[in-house]
Amino acid sequence: MNAKDWKILLVDDEREFITTLAERLELRGIPARVAFDGESALEAIVAEEPHVVVLDVLMPGIKGLEVLERVKRTNPQVQVLLLTGHGSTRDGIEGMRLGAYDYMMKPLNIDTLIEKMESAIDYALKAAALPGTSGGQ
Amino acid sequence: MRKLVELLGHPLRGLQSDVDEAESPVRYALLRRKIFALMAAATLIPLLAMAVLNYYEHQSAMAREIQNPLRVLVNKTKNSFELFLTERSSTVSLIASAYTYPELADEKKLARIFSVMKKEFKGFVDLGLIDENGTQVNYVGPYSLQGKNYAEQRWFQEVRLKGKYVSDVFLGFRKFPHVIIAVQHITEDGRTWILRATLDTSQFERIIASMSLEPDADAFLVNGQGIMQTSSNNYGKVLEKSTLALPPQTYEPAVLTMVDPLGREVYLAYAYFPEADFVLMAVKPRGSVLKTWYTVRGDLLFIFALGVVAVFVTAYRVTDVLIGRMKESEERREMALRQVEHSQKLSSIGRLAAGVAHEINNPLAIINEKAGLVQDIMAREADFPARVKIAAQVESILYAVERCRGITHRMLGFARRMDVSIEDIDVGEIIKETAGFLSNEAMHRKVDVRLEIDPELPRIQSDRSQLQQVFLNLFNNALAAVADGGRIVTTAREFEDQVEISVRDNGCGMSDETLKHIFEPFFTTKKGKGTGLGLSITYGIIKRLGGDIAVESEQGVGTTLIITLPKGQREALA
Repeated sequence: MNAKDWKILLVDDEREFITTLAERLELRGIPARVAFDGESALEAIVAEEPHVVVLDVLMPGIKGLEVLERVKRTNPQVQVLLLTGHGSTRDGIEGMRLGAYDYMMKPLNIDTLIEKMESAIDYALKAAALPGTSGGQ
Repeated sequence: MRKLVELLGHPLRGLQSDVDEAESPVRYALLRRKIFALMAAATLIPLLAMAVLNYYEHQSAMAREIQNPLRVLVNKTKNSFELFLTERSSTVSLIASAYTYPELADEKKLARIFSVMKKEFKGFVDLGLIDENGTQVNYVGPYSLQGKNYAEQRWFQEVRLKGKYVSDVFLGFRKFPHVIIAVQHITEDGRTWILRATLDTSQFERIIASMSLEPDADAFLVNGQGIMQTSSNNYGKVLEKSTLALPPQTYEPAVLTMVDPLGREVYLAYAYFPEADFVLMAVKPRGSVLKTWYTVRGDLLFIFALGVVAVFVTAYRVTDVLIGRMKESEERREMALRQVEHSQKLSSIGRLAAGVAHEINNPLAIINEKAGLVQDIMAREADFPARVKIAAQVESILYAVERCRGITHRMLGFARRMDVSIEDIDVGEIIKETAGFLSNEAMHRKVDVRLEIDPELPRIQSDRSQLQQVFLNLFNNALAAVADGGRIVTTAREFEDQVEISVRDNGCGMSDETLKHIFEPFFTTKKGKGTGLGLSITYGIIKRLGGDIAVESEQGVGTTLIITLPKGQREALA
């Protein structure tokens, strides 16, 4: 799939960070929408069914892991990349257990992020082509 | 003693204050002394009391046992003396009454009477008839005393006054110790004569000999002036002044304990004669009579000493054990406290580090993105004057961000280290679960992921989530290394007292140069894809968990990572 056809949702309460990241992705021809909290993220996921959600673990309101859990219930084909700002790998491991595709630590390397997105979309497409599998787990 | 009472009075209060205040070694020495003293006192005081009581009871019982027979013996002997004297004086009295003066004055007749007397009663030496003027008118005996006048002598006055007289032992005319018995007879018509007999004092010696005293004992007769009436072994010859003072007068025979002039401790048994001016005295040195007592006392003392030694040894040992236990438990408690304190301190530092890292990472991420955006925009814009300079500044900013990232990651690594939580875990299950995270990717790339886990694999004490991160890293690396359709084999088995896990892939393998650096932080072969932290974090975790990690690799053949983990937890881990 061409990068301009990707549907990416970026979720983080750090607005400066997430909007700048979105802008950089757009500059690279990757369309990205942003959400600043768990509730609007869930709404956007249901409405737009993005290929990949880049989700911050620590947010006010609905926490990242809860969003992940709900997404995997309602839209299992959506791949989630977790972002963590702190050192506890437990969140990352827990995220993997809940079906996250991968997890990354801030600050990000944008090239690594794009590679992971590509890999996740690739995986999602293959998973959709294979009957009997559902994403992540 | 007062000190002891004080000590016994408030032993616990004493102990308590010591425990609170004193420094450890001093406190234990003090505590040891107090416990020891307390135990020794508690056991020794009753023991001592019993020993003393026993000692005196036994001693007095022994003394009574010795004194009573002695008193009885003296009394009996006194009676023998009295009987002897009474018999003799009665005989003289009888003769004085039975015969008339002319008969007694007849030399032949008196000689015949005297011979009968001597035959019937031992001890008579002579017999004389003295008229009222004190002249000896007739005499039978070994000496020639016929015609001697006694009118001026004291005994003559006394017999005239009292009618009967028993003399002290005296030398008299014959220069030989003797006793006189004189009896006055008064006829109905008022005539008076005196019959006077002399007694051999050897009879006295015989009576005393009949007491059968031990060789070191002594018995003798003294008169009211303390003049020896019989010879003594130790206190003077006959008619000498006795070196032993007269005991106080009593009606009953009595026993005294005293020190004699020879310096010996003795029992003095004595009896005053009611009829004559005599005191019978028997002296027994205590040393000889108390021989049995001394043996018993020796035994008693020995047993007491043994008891004291036993008490001391036991008290010492018990105190030792007690103090040892106290020390041990206190040390354990202190160590546990210190450990808790230490781990609390570390965990709060860890939490602080994690919090700081997190707080910094967010703004750092913003700086990173902003600088990145500037770079992105500049790349799309046409050349402008300050381009090179600005590009250099942005480069600097990104470099600084990278440095900060290193710092926060190190801090997070530290926090993670503090985050170790040990539990009883099944390594095989963790491997299966972690492999499951990657099963979909493996399936799509047709990578053959095999798990060969020993079903008998023992459970181990370790940190579940840290091990999960380790396995995730290893599987990720292996997946990255193998080509599509490759193979990853994971084995887990028990090896000696450890569990050994190996992850083998048939991927590209590594050069020797790469192998040297794989555990270094920020070393990566993924060219921008990896953080370079995976294996260094893995290495850190495994070391922290007390295990080891090794790698074997050959280019073009594959790589095997081998992890060994201890079954139990070691102290180094804390």
